[in-house]
Amino acid sequence: MRIPTHPSAHPPEARAPRPRGRALAALAAVGALVLTGCGSADASEEEIVVAIVANPQMQDAISLEEKFEAEHPDVNVRFVSLPENEARAKITASVATGGGEFDVVMISNYETPTWAENGWIENLQPYIDRTEGYDDADFISSIRSALSYEGDMHSVPFYGESSFLVYNKELFDKAGVTMPEKPSWTQVQQLAAKLDDPANDVSGICLRGLAGWGEVMAPLTTVMNTYGGGWFDQDWNPTLTSPETTRAVNDYVSLVQEHGQAGPATSGYGDCITLYSQGQTAMWYDATAMVSTIEDPSSSTVAGKNGYVPAPTMDTEAAGWLYSWSLAIPSTSEHKDAAWDFVSWMTDKDYIKLVGNEIGWERIPPGSRYSTYEIPEYREISQAYAEPTLTAMNNATQENTMTHPVPYEGIQFVAIPEFQDLGTRVGQQISAAIAGQITVEEALQQSQAYAEDVAAVYQRENRE
Amino acid sequence: MTTETLTTAPPTSTGTPKSAGPAGQGGRRVRSAALTVFTWIVALVFFMPVLWMVLSSFKQEADAASSPPKFFFVPTLDQYAAILGSGAGGYFLNSAIATLVSTLIVLLLAIPAAYAVSIRPVQKTQDVLFFFISTRMLPVVAVIVPIYVVAGRLRVLDNVWTLIFLYTAMNLPLAVWMMRSFFQEVPKEVLEAAQMDGASLMTTMRTILLPMVAPGVASTALLCVIFAWNEFFFALNLTAVNAATVPVMLVSTMTSEGLFLARLSAASVLASLPVVIAGWIAQKQLVRGLSMGAIK
Repeated sequence: MRIPTHPSAHPPEARAPRPRGRALAALAAVGALVLTGCGSADASEEEIVVAIVANPQMQDAISLEEKFEAEHPDVNVRFVSLPENEARAKITASVATGGGEFDVVMISNYETPTWAENGWIENLQPYIDRTEGYDDADFISSIRSALSYEGDMHSVPFYGESSFLVYNKELFDKAGVTMPEKPSWTQVQQLAAKLDDPANDVSGICLRGLAGWGEVMAPLTTVMNTYGGGWFDQDWNPTLTSPETTRAVNDYVSLVQEHGQAGPATSGYGDCITLYSQGQTAMWYDATAMVSTIEDPSSSTVAGKNGYVPAPTMDTEAAGWLYSWSLAIPSTSEHKDAAWDFVSWMTDKDYIKLVGNEIGWERIPPGSRYSTYEIPEYREISQAYAEPTLTAMNNATQENTMTHPVPYEGIQFVAIPEFQDLGTRVGQQISAAIAGQITVEEALQQSQAYAEDVAAVYQRENRE
Repeated sequence: MTTETLTTAPPTSTGTPKSAGPAGQGGRRVRSAALTVFTWIVALVFFMPVLWMVLSSFKQEADAASSPPKFFFVPTLDQYAAILGSGAGGYFLNSAIATLVSTLIVLLLAIPAAYAVSIRPVQKTQDVLFFFISTRMLPVVAVIVPIYVVAGRLRVLDNVWTLIFLYTAMNLPLAVWMMRSFFQEVPKEVLEAAQMDGASLMTTMRTILLPMVAPGVASTALLCVIFAWNEFFFALNLTAVNAATVPVMLVSTMTSEGLFLARLSAASVLASLPVVIAGWIAQKQLVRGLSMGAIK
């Protein structure tokens, strides 16, 4: 502890003015910056705030936003770009409570029908109808219907995806095996066993095991569906312990445990993309959107060496999921027309060509419009995966991917508000089973109990 | 005083060469060397993530994601250029404003409060202190919805002053408790002497008390700066484009589809620098401050 030896030798009063003056000046400067909004938009401009998920295609949109502003000098666009989980939580909180921070939000086909029903987002059909050249009939039909409520589109697709199986042709040739045109899960298990090469750090397959409704439960639900199982039957009875679901989950868990990547219980899409693009796994079943990364030579060592086949099946015609990142306008927006100008620009045919010409044809947002697959430059670079993607998207309907009708919308999810929580809790159980902490049967018993709580509400509604 | 204690300590503790044989001496050396090696290993284990972050920030995305990890690579500043070219300045400015203004307000409020509860305690002082600390007991996530709704109704979402208000409330209890323990170490006689000389309360505070507890003020301020600078939850939920801070910028470099490790590392290095520099500048004061008072 220090006691000033000569406090009177330097009277504080004598030194005070300069530091105080500087401090006041600094405070005034800070205050001025804060009060002026740190560089807010020009008064003549209309500012719109766009909340989007920070995926590569969306980051490309941010980098091209100047082109939009050049066409619309009176609109200033500002972006909030966050990873999927943070973006979903933030956008949901804002839209559900009427926070009003955003004029455009990126949501999916999971949220669109519910939010439209709640009146949280604008009906975009009148905007679409009055926008010349905005060809909504060009949207891939499965996506179009997934983003519609009572026949009207309430969000428009930026890109769409299904799921398929990618495999490394080099590793297949080396192992002397071939991939069937339409593989079943049984064949995939056999192939994975042959391709598994721990000595060279190469796994037979990479499958998501990370807990979360948007992580392990997305691919696993499509497996459950094609095995004849699923979440609920037509009367909202949970079917997570049915023989079909149990067989599907057992096969998935044993496949990833025996021939999957290291640390499967904590591997998500991001981990698999890294492993696959570095040649460390021979197969990967996941979103068709993977192509923009694994076919990009700057980030992938396996670009150009990949084969694509439809999602493996068992008892159904197809098994791929359907997902779309789309743009919607919250009802609270005070700049709806400017917001639509931006939404229509970012989801138009011309935008896709703009990305192709400015950034690269492998980076375009795929799976939203049929016309994308007719662009010669894109057809040329996407020979290996364009057709499988389009086929997967066209086949991604409940009729093609399930053995029985269900009382909800969605393929790899159940489009009810409770599903985010239910799916994540069930995902935790599955993840624990993959980690070997509990058995698959224990995981499914617990999951069934969770699902019964949720189902009770819908069963009651059915009775009423 | 200290020297005397050391010289009169038992011979075993200071070490007398004649009393210990070569075997004992060798054993001590081995133990000492083992301890040194162990300390280095522990230090390296703790430093490794930081070193890895810095190394990754100079890589291309493919190199950063490679397995086995690459130690030898062609360094690049691409990631830093990408971060700095994507409007990072706004995030840093917001963080600086929220951090500095909230810390200033915290100190202005905490110093008189701590003086009151330590130098001139009253009957309910203990209750007051408990009340201060009790505000830290509720997890932030439990109150985020009401705070979000209230901020929305008051139309102060995405406003840096909302963050300043919340960071002040967040750090104030900590600052009062820390400053209290520093004030308690001030000898009463010094204050009595000042009173005898006719010094007013403000004069005593300015010329006697504050210079004596300056290291404490510095360490309290630095902790407040660190907590406010690194705060993520409020910033994520209550800001959008006008008031987003550096931690929000960090998370916005992540993506669930595609590679981001190198860019995130570069953003993390940039985000860490101001706090590291502040800590380095305040090093002397900080060590003195932390060795007195509460965190002794």
